Amino acid sequence: MTESTHNPPSPKKKEPTRRDFLLLTAGAVGAVGTAYFAWPFIDSMNPAADILAQSTVDVDLSPIPAGQAITVVWRGKPIFVRHRTPKEIKEAEQTPLSQLIDPETDQDRVKKGHDDWLIVVGICTHLGCIPTGNKPTQTRGKYGGWSCPCHGSLYDTSGRVRRGPAPLNLAIPPYTFLTSTQIRLGVDEVAHG
Amino acid sequence: MGKLANIARWIDYRLPFFSFIDHELREYPTPKNLNYWWNFGSLAGITLVVMILSGIFLAMHYEPNTKEAFDSVEYIMRNINYGWFLRYLHANGATMFFIVVYIHMFRGLYYGSYKAPRELLWILGVVILLLMMATAFMGYVLPWGQMSYWGATVITNLFSVLPFGESIVEWLWGGFSVDNPTLNRFFALHYLFPFLIVGVVILHLIALHQHGSNNPLGIERKEPRDSIPFHPYYTVKDLFGLGVFALIWSYFIFFNPNFFGEPDNYIPANPLVTPPHIVPEWYFLPFYAILRSIPNKTLGVLAMVSSVSVLFFVPWLDTSKVRSATFRPLYKWVFWGFVVDCFILGCVGAYSPDHIYASLGGLSNQTLGQVTTLLYFTFFFVALPLLGIYEKTKPLPKSLSEPILQKKNIANVSASIFCLFMIGSLSPLYGSETPTLPRENWSFQGPLGTFDRTELQHGFQIYKEVCSTCHGLKQIRFRDLAALGYNHEEIKAIAAECKVEVIDDEGNVIEKPALPTDTFPNPYKNEQAARAANNSALPPDLSLITKARAGGPDYIYALLTGYEATPPKDVHLAEGLHYNPYFPGGQIAMIPPLSEGLVTYNDGSQPTINQMAKDVVTFLSWAAEPELEDRKQTGYKVLIYFIVFTILMYFVMKQVWARVKE
Repeated sequence: MTESTHNPPSPKKKEPTRRDFLLLTAGAVGAVGTAYFAWPFIDSMNPAADILAQSTVDVDLSPIPAGQAITVVWRGKPIFVRHRTPKEIKEAEQTPLSQLIDPETDQDRVKKGHDDWLIVVGICTHLGCIPTGNKPTQTRGKYGGWSCPCHGSLYDTSGRVRRGPAPLNLAIPPYTFLTSTQIRLGVDEVAHG
Repeated sequence: MGKLANIARWIDYRLPFFSFIDHELREYPTPKNLNYWWNFGSLAGITLVVMILSGIFLAMHYEPNTKEAFDSVEYIMRNINYGWFLRYLHANGATMFFIVVYIHMFRGLYYGSYKAPRELLWILGVVILLLMMATAFMGYVLPWGQMSYWGATVITNLFSVLPFGESIVEWLWGGFSVDNPTLNRFFALHYLFPFLIVGVVILHLIALHQHGSNNPLGIERKEPRDSIPFHPYYTVKDLFGLGVFALIWSYFIFFNPNFFGEPDNYIPANPLVTPPHIVPEWYFLPFYAILRSIPNKTLGVLAMVSSVSVLFFVPWLDTSKVRSATFRPLYKWVFWGFVVDCFILGCVGAYSPDHIYASLGGLSNQTLGQVTTLLYFTFFFVALPLLGIYEKTKPLPKSLSEPILQKKNIANVSASIFCLFMIGSLSPLYGSETPTLPRENWSFQGPLGTFDRTELQHGFQIYKEVCSTCHGLKQIRFRDLAALGYNHEEIKAIAAECKVEVIDDEGNVIEKPALPTDTFPNPYKNEQAARAANNSALPPDLSLITKARAGGPDYIYALLTGYEATPPKDVHLAEGLHYNPYFPGGQIAMIPPLSEGLVTYNDGSQPTINQMAKDVVTFLSWAAEPELEDRKQTGYKVLIYFIVFTILMYFVMKQVWARVKE
């Protein structure tokens, strides 16, 4: 910066430390204040209290025959609820982890004792499209799970990605079995015993 | 450092950003004798920025639709993170903006800042004022309360005095009354106008920097030592002023957020009922008083329009060669008289025209309004032109650096004290006309008050067992009850006692137990059903009741406990009504809702009528202001911050200015 044309008279250089301290403190206080002032504005754009508290969704599983799936909406997202056949379960369990892009066992992706039910968030982990394969008329792809129409990612019967570009398996939402034919999405209670 | 300077130089050679800042904000030569009245220009600029910012963030959540608008504002207050802060910042910001701008204008009037060569500077300022008025008016319509609606109706009807007025008003409305198209366009324009203001502010600043600021002596600068660079002298002085200003603004946001508001605006707009006493926001009161004081529609509107537009001609109406009132012994007093006149006009505007001032010997508000209106115009059309000709002014100092400065400070202090004193002495004029209410001690009142949890839970029990048979509570969700001290399981159980209608998989409407995320269901299916069941009276929703009635909690308490079984002899009760002196008109459809031992409190405390009333009012006050405790706590932190900030800036200012004094 160029020097100001008008330089105020400052004949004596007294107490430079006190003055510096004052200016630094004032600057710091101002900066902290500005940051705090900005926070309510930024935070106001986060999900509002009622959206955060959005309710859980109960799903009745009894009408879904083996081999078929339904889509339910939870927190504005499609959730795939799939009733797997013994063959599909076997395929999923026997796939060696070495063949997986995002290695994860099938047991880790279902609830213990309910391995005929696969419940995943139906959003491709690549760029957020909805994979096909949930309806009987739709193609499920080579691995029998889902196939993404946008960029060709393929998922198996455990919802694990088998062909990219998607990097990760389909996400598992929090849910709990209320009875053997009813689940509640949104709560992930630790199974007792 | 060297690299940064090089980059700055590279940019500056192509886009003179840095030299512009340097020239206009840093070295910009400013008179060295500006007093604190010169702080208000920068304060107005800062307020404008804060208003635009908070407005943009509010607009992200607001719904400009007559069906949604009112509830969306409440949604902002209750569900959006810091929504209550943004809204109160914005609503009180309008008030702060006008305070600052009015002081800024009075300062201009006192020191003759509009005189050659600053006429256009002044005129641009008046344009900003007009734009501000339009913006503030349209913004006040957006919450879609009763005052919003009727304010919009009254102000747009002003245009009906124009030729083809009827068509113009319908064009403004986009229909045959104020309705959804009106709200939509007001929202669009309320968003646009602040940016027009920014544009005119830029012109205002360009005009200002052409000849620089006027100063308390009102003489031009003659030698270099009359000026000092803007930075750091006035930047730090403005920051100190900002600290004081922020303290005042914060006080209102956090501790008295509805001080400048009208309770009626917490009642949703109703096109069929005009509130008994409609008033504009305080900053329009003087102009509103001028409008009303003339008993002819066209002339009244004309007078009101002239009262603002006369400001455009001030540079030519004032014929005096001397700028500053410091050297105009007569004008000085005429000026203060004018300030007081404006305040009285404000008080006149706040009262109904039939109001009688008992303390002023039975003076009627209409007469007072006519006298003060006459004085208002006398100032511009008689005093300003004639004083310039006949007033004998004091000799002007030769330069800003003359020792006369010393005396100036005392004059300024006494002037500000005078101003405060006059405003203070007017305060008895200004006040609400509510009946005197018995004052209760509320746990949540005062800057430190918090809701008493036992009273809240008892109050909720009374709402649930008594009030909820007729009154809704639609802004409250069951999960909000966590603030009363209930845990999740208890809330689930409370919610499950209520039924909500949902559509099942076959498309049938079925009833299901409510969930914690549901709002309290209304006891009636619709307004018609509610009226049919209540002798054609509509039990109001209670979510905002303590905010929507003058007197607030005290009024509701007085109403609940104030029933009289036998009305006075001169009162003839209509059928189905009950006598309650606190209810406007004295006759209320609601049966006395509370009776001794009506409910059983779990903890064995005695359910007397007074105790039950207190409990339920505490609960309803929470329902109206669930953010209250959070707001006050945040408020303390903010106040402490700004106290520290102001003190620091004061010392920095002293340090910096010590160099000038030497």
